[in-house]
Order: sequence, then C-alpha cells, then structure tokens
Amino acid sequence: MNKLKSWKELPIGGVILEAGSSLEYKTGSWRSQRPIINREKCIGCLFCWIYCPDSAIIRAEDGKVDVNYDYCKGCGICAVECPVHVIIMKEE
Amino acid sequence: MMEQKVIAVSGDEAVAYAAKQCKPDVVAAYPITPQTIIVERFSEYVANGEVDSEFICVESEHSALSACIGASLAGARVFTATSSQGLALMHEMLYIASGLRCPIVMAIVNRALSAPINIHGDHSDIMGSRDSGWIDIFCENSQEAYDFTIQAFKLSEDHDILLPVSVNLDGFILSHSVENIKALSDDYVSKFLPERVPYYTLNAERPITIGALALPDYYFEIKRQQDEAYKKVLSKFKEISKEFSKFSGRKYDVIDIFQIDDAKIALIGMGSTIGTAKYVAKQLRKKGKKVGVIGIKVYRPFPSKEIIKALENLKALAILDRALSPGALSAPLGLDIKALLYEYDFKIPVINFVYGLGGRDISPKEIVTIFNRTEKIAKEKTMPHGYEYIGVREK
Amino acid sequence: MSIKSLKELPKEEFFSSGHRMCAGCGPAICVRQTLIAAGRPVIMVSATGCVEVSTTIYPYTSWKIPWIHIAFENAAAVASGIEAALKKLSKDGKAKKYDIIAFAGDGGTFDIGLQALSGAIERGHDFLYICYDNEAYMNTGIQRSGATPHGAETTTSPAGSVIPGKKEYKKRLTDIIIAHDPAYAATASIAYWKDYMNKVIKGLDAKGPAFIHVFAPCPRGWRFPSNQTVSIARLAVETRYFPLYEYENGKYTLSLDIPKPKPLEDFIKPQRRFRHLLDPKNKNILEELKIDVERNWERIKKLCSL
Repeated sequence: MNKLKSWKELPIGGVILEAGSSLEYKTGSWRSQRPIINREKCIGCLFCWIYCPDSAIIRAEDGKVDVNYDYCKGCGICAVECPVHVIIMKEE
Repeated sequence: MMEQKVIAVSGDEAVAYAAKQCKPDVVAAYPITPQTIIVERFSEYVANGEVDSEFICVESEHSALSACIGASLAGARVFTATSSQGLALMHEMLYIASGLRCPIVMAIVNRALSAPINIHGDHSDIMGSRDSGWIDIFCENSQEAYDFTIQAFKLSEDHDILLPVSVNLDGFILSHSVENIKALSDDYVSKFLPERVPYYTLNAERPITIGALALPDYYFEIKRQQDEAYKKVLSKFKEISKEFSKFSGRKYDVIDIFQIDDAKIALIGMGSTIGTAKYVAKQLRKKGKKVGVIGIKVYRPFPSKEIIKALENLKALAILDRALSPGALSAPLGLDIKALLYEYDFKIPVINFVYGLGGRDISPKEIVTIFNRTEKIAKEKTMPHGYEYIGVREK
Repeated sequence: MSIKSLKELPKEEFFSSGHRMCAGCGPAICVRQTLIAAGRPVIMVSATGCVEVSTTIYPYTSWKIPWIHIAFENAAAVASGIEAALKKLSKDGKAKKYDIIAFAGDGGTFDIGLQALSGAIERGHDFLYICYDNEAYMNTGIQRSGATPHGAETTTSPAGSVIPGKKEYKKRLTDIIIAHDPAYAATASIAYWKDYMNKVIKGLDAKGPAFIHVFAPCPRGWRFPSNQTVSIARLAVETRYFPLYEYENGKYTLSLDIPKPKPLEDFIKPQRRFRHLLDPKNKNILEELKIDVERNWERIKKLCSL
C-alpha cells in the first residue's frame, strides 16, 4: 500500500483524477474458488463475459475467453451461465 | 469610476437585477416568501430574453441546491435564492456544496425559522447554517445587496477560493422596501466579472470522479484542505472590493466601521439594523456622546483581526443578535465576540442583546437604550452574563 | 442502432475491475451492461447506495467516465442541473454535451428519490434514469424499501413470530413514472442482456426524460449462493414476478410474453429471504404474493393490449 497523502497533496474537493484507479486493488484475493475454463470446448458465446460482475472475463484474440485472476472474486456465475458447461469451479 | 444609473428597486429586485447582469448559466430556484420577488423578476428577464440563463423551476429547495451543485460541477455559473424553511430544507446540501468546492452564489432573504411559522425577517435561518462552510456576507441596504451579489460571483469562482457564497438581506425590511440604488451598466459588470473559468470540467478525455466515499483514512485531510481555503477569503474579498470600487466608487471592507476612531462605546451587529444604529449614533454624537457602530459584512469566515482592531480603543461593546442560540452562553454573534475577546486577551465588558425575532421592529429609541446600557457597563466596568432581550413583551 | 450479438460489442469498458461490490452482485452486472450498451462516454450521476459506495472508495475509483455522486435522494435533481448547464454551455461553445445517466438503487428511487425524479421528468430534462432494483436498502444492511415484495424478510421487516415479513406490497414505481408520460420507460432484467442493453440505447436516444427499472438480484440480501444471481433474475421474469415491458408514445408494449409461467415457488425457494413462506402456517402470505404477481401481470398485459 502506498503512503497515505497529506492534505496538501490531494486534489481539491476530494476529487479522484485518475480514472479506473481501482485497478490497483486486486479483488482476486477475495475468492475461495476459481473458475477454470476448458478453452478447447469454449464456443466463444461471451455469456460469461456479459454476466461477470467484475469484468474478470477477458475476451481473447481468438474469440474465446480467459479469466483475469487478479480480480475474479469466484462468484461462480460464469460456470452456471455457460451454455455448454465448460467452466468448472475449483477450490483455491 | 464608471457611469451608473439610479434605479428605485426593492432589495429583492436589486438582487435579481445584479444576478441578471452577472449572466448566470443556470438558475435553479424554488419560491418562498420573502425571496419570491427575486425568482419572479429573474423569470421575467428570462422570458423576455434579457438574460440567456437556463432557469430550472425545481420542485423543492433541496432540489434547487442539488441542481445548482450539478450545474456548478459541470462548469456553469450558478445562482439561486431562498429563505428560512427553504434554507433549512437544503441544509445537507449546503455542506456538500462547500465540501465539493462548488462556486455558487445564493441570496438568502433572511426570515425566521418555524415554529411558529413566521414570514418576517430575522437571522435564525443563516445562523442555523453558519457551520456549513459557506462564505456568508451580510447587507445593510439594497445597494449592498446589489453590489455584493456581483462581487460574490467573482469571489466564489476564484480558483484560490472555490467556495459557495451567501448574500444575506433582511426579509421584508430590505427585500421589499424600495430604495434608490446606483446600478452599473451591463458592460461594466461584464468587464468586472468575465465568464467563469471552471476549475474542473466534465469531459471524456480526463474523466474525474466527484463525491467519492472518504473513509477515516482520508476524510480528515479533505476537510482540512477545505478549511485552508477559508484563510484566503478575507484577503481575496478585500482585493475584489478594491477592484469593484474602481468601477463603482463604493469601497467595501470585511467590516464596516462608523464613527469608531474616537468612540468610547460601540454597537456591533449585522444586517439592516446597522443602518438604524448609524442613524442613532449620529444623533447621539450631536449630543456629545462618543459612540460608534460596527457592521459585519463578512460573517463567515469571521474577521477576527479586523474586529479586534476596530475595538481597540473602546471601553464597552454591545453585541446585537437577531437570532437565538438556545441553551448557549450567548446568542450567535455574542459567542463569536466573547471568544474573540478572550483569545486576544482584550478585556472590555460586553452586553449581548437578542432583538427583532420574527420581524419584530427595533426602533431608534431601543437602540438609544442599548447605547445607554453599554455606557453604564463601561462606567461600572461590570460584565453582564449571558444575553438579554430587547423589544419583547416581558409583561 | 440495436445490439444483435455480444461479439460486435467493444472489448474496452468504461468501468474497471477492482470495485468492492460483493461476489455475484446483480447491480455490478447492471453497471457493466449499461456502459457497454452506451458504447461511448456518458456522464453518470449516482445516488448514494451499493454501487456508489463500492466503486469510489477514495482514492480508488472504478469509473472511466465523468462520474458524480452528491447525495441519496437527488440523483435526478443533480442530473437536471448538469443537463441544463451542458445545454447552455454547449450552446455557447464552452463545453461538450454528453449523455447523462442518473443511476440509483430502489432506495434512492422508489422512496427518498421519488420527488426529485418526478420533478425532473415533469420538467422534461433530456437524461436517462436507471433504477437498479435489489428490492431493499441493501447498502445500509438490507432494510426494507418500497420495492421490497410482500412477505420478504429484511432487517426492518423480519420474519417474526407475530409479523412474518413485509406486510406491504411492492410499489408500482414504473407505472407511476409512466403516468408522467416520459419520452421512454421500460422494465428490464440483467438476465436478459440483449433486451436490457437495447433498452439502454433507446433510453439514451430518446429526446427527453427516459426511465428504466432493472431487476438486479442481491445474493447477500436475498440470501442465495453468489452463482445464482443471473438465474434468479431470469426466474423473476419466467414466473411473471417481474414483467418486461416498454412504454413509448403513449403505448405499453410487452417485451416478453410468458404464456406458461413457471410456478412462483421456483423463484421463492432458492432465496432464504422467502424461506418462512414455505412454512405451512404462512401459506396465506405466499398465496397473497401469488395473487399480487398475477394481478400485476394481468394489469400489464391489459395495458399492453390497448
């Protein structure tokens, strides 16, 4: 964690100038289980991507998906919504 | 000094006229007696194309200030007005406006707070909000209401300040009485007050987050930073007044001192009563009494140094309050002055009077009584405790 | 312009990871779908609530758009002020106009926020108001709101031995808003991403005030496993509990007909906030809820047939 700033170093009015700075906070440490995607069988439907609350499903170049484990909280929605059941949840 | 024209207007009309000349981008307001004339007059200006403002007829005062905050953050010049219950309704928003450093100018036509319901002038509304972090300016007459409305925009929008400003005028006494005032021309107001240059803007290139949750690890620093801006207000006010005087010939300071130099006793207060007090002081001077009057123009931030300097040769002081602070040692201004005297180790007897609640008139005769009482405590070197009432029927 | 497939949508988002919403949070899914549907930077005004608090813990922010939070009850009033300011400033060439989305929960909309929303719609401001409905004041600890359904357990309507759950019924907010005759109004569910995202586009394109009421389940508050969020949002529609419809130009249109509804028990059983309704002694409450759901469905169908 960075050293906390003094009042002189802060932008006026409690404004946060750096868009998307929450990326510094890796919520992946929250999870107790992780999704494992069977990429071979993935059909690239992107349902897991549109239903992930944390934008933790990455749309890869080949049209399939990968998991961003830095932020995945292990909720398991992707595994439930996958129409071809190629995502399994594994204990951390 | 520039060319000015004399117009006969009520205090509300003077404020509306000044606001028009300042060309606010957005005005969001809700009517409440005795502020109504301000919004009505401004609506006429908009309807007749005399000013190109977006006038939002909001559905409550809380929404009025909410909309003003939104507009101010979007970079607009904003104006609104309210009184009494309206100010009380927008109370939580007052703190948010100052906490988010929004330039906003709000005319407050001071009116008593319920209960009981009363539509006339006293200072209970603004006194209930004096900790909200706004800059609070008090007007003695309609000329000041006009002049301070214009200067308020410049003060509020200054990048060293970025705090909301209230311009306070007494309900009915100033808001509805017609006086002659000298109004600057539109061009000169525009010259004195150019377009607003926002500090932040809302744009996609550098998207900012406003109004974040600050937990105990950051809230204190953000408030500390806000408090620091207050320290610059009085000097900035003086700078702006100096510049304004070049346009208008009228120079203001954070306090208005009248016949103070060789005064032995004085009276200090805010609002229209100062005008009456000056009149009484003049009469008493003719009788050889060395009396003076101090009218506070900028109440928050409190002009400690300037007031102490004005008091330095006095033997006693009367403090006039048009509001109560129930259960406190004194009424609001009484508390401020007593603390000031203690801090500067300046021991003169003071006497705090509460007067004029709910629009109760204060007569020159009553002010003479006040001066007499002050003279008495100066002679006897006694310090009355607490506060007294003047003008209320005790029996 | 309407969305037909997920593949055509851009990968880059205006909302980043690292926010502190619960695992499986329905409103978080709603935020993502909203901004992906918009596809361009918008100005968002957020009311106090789960989304606001969890996405902007100083100095961290998940937002990559201009975002403002002022207070709980005034998202619509703040949006009004911004809309008026941008209208004037863009006319004067001093600022760029952006679409404005006011984003609030059922707390900040149904109850404390109703006045500001009503006023903003009456004044005709051009903005889109999205209410994410997790059926209680979740952020402050699962207290009941006007959106909480009949019989549900919340911390202020506990399933007690004398009073088992909320006595009152869910406020018909969307129809209150429709009575204002806005430029566009709709209900949606996060489970039906295409329907919702196209409604967002319609809401943004509408000239004047638009309103969308989105069903966004809360695993924590409704007490179901975090992986069931989308499935419950789907069951709500499939059981007719939450009808999907639109309002435009004075006309109601049903977005999805449910000719053979699943039994309401399918929706109720997975949620422990309704567990006490499965107890035989509370049979009548469950019946009342079913009647309410049917009444509402019939009413909406009738309106859609006019």
